[in-house]
Amino acid sequence: MIMLKMPDLDKRVVARRHDIVSNLESMLPTNCVVSHETEMRVFQSDGLSAYRQIPMVVVLPCTTEQVSKVLRYCHLNNIRVVPRGAGTSLSGGALPLADAVLLVLSKLNRILDIDYENRCVVAQPGVTNLAISNAVEEKEFYYAPDPSSQIACTIGGNVAENSGGIHCLKYGLTTNNVLGLEVVLITGEVIRLGGKHLDADGYDMLGLMIGSEGLLGVVTEVTVRILRSPETARAILIGFDTTGAAADCVGKIISEGIIPAGMEMMDKPAIRAAEEFVNAGYPLDVAALLIVELDGPQVEVDVLLKRVRKIAEGCGSMHLRVSQSEDERTLFWAGRKAAFPAVGRISPDYYCVDGTIPRSQLPFVLEEITRMSKEHGLGIANVFHAGDGNLHPLILYDGNKPHELEKAEQFGADILKLCVKVGGVLTGEHGVGVEKRDLMPVMFSENELKQQQRVKCAFDAHSLLNPGKVFPKLHRCAELGRMHIHGGQIPFPDIPRF
Amino acid sequence: MGGVLKPCNEVETARVLSWAMAERKSLELVAGGTKRSIGRPMQTENTLNLSELTGISLYEPGELVLSAKAGTAVSDIKTVLEGQNQQLAFDPPDLSQFLRSSAKIGTIGGAVATNLSGPRRISAGAARDHLLGMRAVTGRAETVNIGGRVMKNVTGYDLCKLLAGSWGTLVAMTEVTLKVVPRPEAEMTTVVFGLSIDEAVRAMSVALGSSASVSGAAHFSAKLAARSEISEVSLFKKSVTALRIEGFLPSVRARKDILANALKSFGEVETLDENISPRVWREVRDVTLFDSASEDAIWRISTVPGRAPDVVRNISRCENFEALYDWGGGRIWLMQPGYGDGGAEVIRTVLDRFGGHAMLMRASPEMRSAVNVFEPQSDPVAALTRRIKAAYDPYAILSPGRMYAGV
Repeated sequence: MIMLKMPDLDKRVVARRHDIVSNLESMLPTNCVVSHETEMRVFQSDGLSAYRQIPMVVVLPCTTEQVSKVLRYCHLNNIRVVPRGAGTSLSGGALPLADAVLLVLSKLNRILDIDYENRCVVAQPGVTNLAISNAVEEKEFYYAPDPSSQIACTIGGNVAENSGGIHCLKYGLTTNNVLGLEVVLITGEVIRLGGKHLDADGYDMLGLMIGSEGLLGVVTEVTVRILRSPETARAILIGFDTTGAAADCVGKIISEGIIPAGMEMMDKPAIRAAEEFVNAGYPLDVAALLIVELDGPQVEVDVLLKRVRKIAEGCGSMHLRVSQSEDERTLFWAGRKAAFPAVGRISPDYYCVDGTIPRSQLPFVLEEITRMSKEHGLGIANVFHAGDGNLHPLILYDGNKPHELEKAEQFGADILKLCVKVGGVLTGEHGVGVEKRDLMPVMFSENELKQQQRVKCAFDAHSLLNPGKVFPKLHRCAELGRMHIHGGQIPFPDIPRF
Repeated sequence: MGGVLKPCNEVETARVLSWAMAERKSLELVAGGTKRSIGRPMQTENTLNLSELTGISLYEPGELVLSAKAGTAVSDIKTVLEGQNQQLAFDPPDLSQFLRSSAKIGTIGGAVATNLSGPRRISAGAARDHLLGMRAVTGRAETVNIGGRVMKNVTGYDLCKLLAGSWGTLVAMTEVTLKVVPRPEAEMTTVVFGLSIDEAVRAMSVALGSSASVSGAAHFSAKLAARSEISEVSLFKKSVTALRIEGFLPSVRARKDILANALKSFGEVETLDENISPRVWREVRDVTLFDSASEDAIWRISTVPGRAPDVVRNISRCENFEALYDWGGGRIWLMQPGYGDGGAEVIRTVLDRFGGHAMLMRASPEMRSAVNVFEPQSDPVAALTRRIKAAYDPYAILSPGRMYAGV
């Protein structure tokens, strides 16, 4: 296991552990507090399993009121809190702390309201992403954001991470599909942001809360908008002999006014691994494969299929196949969706990277990644949300070999630094968590990081909520609030005045 | 009345702010100035005018991204986008006529800072949904880069959302980066005349829930329709319920039929073609159907679409009100008498019951001083608002008081 610098252990809290556990037990119904070490072991890590920590105590409240009680108690007693949904975070966002209460929202798992008239669903945070779509399927509606973990991940976790998925180029991320939240602040106060109506009435705290990785508040209710399911959807496989040609084709499709429902790219190692795993019918003689999905009314899909075919041919495609049935469309996607486990078959372990780049930089970035792969002596396979520039290189390594995980992490960090260098960002959808925390200064100046932390201070003045995540350095709020000006030393600006 | 400071670039903007901070001089932030009459009247000593910060600094049509300096005219950006068959999906309104503003050129900084969106909001999202990044100077006179230029970015807090719609009270934006989208190849509007508000909201709900992918859903009374400059709208002297379909031509044709079928129980359906349709939506977007000479108060109410009829009935018990319903009923422009509190108390009481919020968009300065222009907040949210303000602007030099007293 890799050493990660987490906030200094609060020994006073740990010393009071016994009392804290019994206080929590007295304020919650039975079976809502887990404090035995073996029982807590299942909570020791999330989807980023390289990092593990047994929490001080686990609580699983069933109501907003109970969440509020727990937070108020923790706030009054200066106890840290780590919120957790299903624990599918790939960035260690739900990594427990030895001196913190792990607040698990999975018992808040009911859909509260399905409102077709106003096209929205109100759900508790522990409801899985897919369950929302399933609940409205009978009336041909669905919830658009579809992270690949959608069977397991919860809507509360999606809110915390602003999750994406393969359809977000056309339908947006979580933030574009959430209308309202009920949030419990660290003080225990319950606030409502948004609702079934649109837009904020003051500062957009709803937008701020989404993607805040559990650092600003605990979400206890989510209102999402649902969409009418498209009449039909078809997928096209397009193979190219260079990644440059594939990237070019993606740009041309968009320039011609077509926003596909999904547009994914895979490189040769990823294609091979996926094909061997699921036999999706992927061509093996191409350097890059695009999967383009078009959805909408039948006539629209037919027209666009023709246009995409023409564009692809103009870009020199070597291979082009259109799905002829719903089964075949699903099969085309099965390969892409299984790319991670498929790569898991060709390598003992893999490390998934998640950066976003301006798409025009793709050929250069892929070339650099290949070069780095040789330098680090580790294999690589690339899958890519091509439409929106979100890159997922999978670094192949063997965790049983000494220092290979460290090498893989270093390689991953180098890729993310490259993403930032070419105008991109450190994370497109997996979040910062603990994984990319120490890379934040690559993208943000000291002032920018301090400004973000001042926003944190507005919500959580004592840094009790999910400390050690997102920000590399914990500043005290009082210190951040201080102004460093010396009166008179700032020159009067020589700006024209009218 | 103090001076107008008109920096030419970001560095000068930062210098103005460090001066203002050191001297504790409050600034009214403006760029085009078209929306200056929205909000509480301010007691600022100086004006920081960002209209000299102009120019498109990045435009990559294939990547759907555009960056422009905050003072760039929205009309200039639209022209450049049209050259590549693209557009701003959130369709920023031009409220200069509605607000009777002498300034006519709205800027992109103003569009983002006010987070005002057009009828397409229901399908494409608001200004905040298309804001990928920005450069700005905080009330601490620190220049910061926020977000990025890529579509998918979850690195750190989504401060773009917080700053869009902050009405110049948190930062002075110097440059914004937006997601742009392809311009639809074709558009058509389906109209049903003469529906009551209850029928209209039901019809709009049916349309928005159909597979016709409606990108505009509005309703207005015969009285408002009579003020339309479009004869196809004003002629019938009936209320108008309009539904827009946009996209590829064959698809628009197919969806028009889907829509007509879905709406057949509501009455006869007419179609306005692509020559007329954009004009209808411009009138809805720019809110030009109200009497521009009237001294009445005009509110923008955001509510649960299906509750719109109840909301309006409970606010306006007598008959002499005027209302324009957009977003399928979710946004109501409501005209109330311009005396007393302009209806503030009853509107807010009704919204407490039905959900949503109201903002006083057009009223005399006296009324805007006397009533809450923005929806009053619950105590914990108001406290968060004050702390967020202090985090960005501890000396309250940026448009203080425009949104709330003391913020």
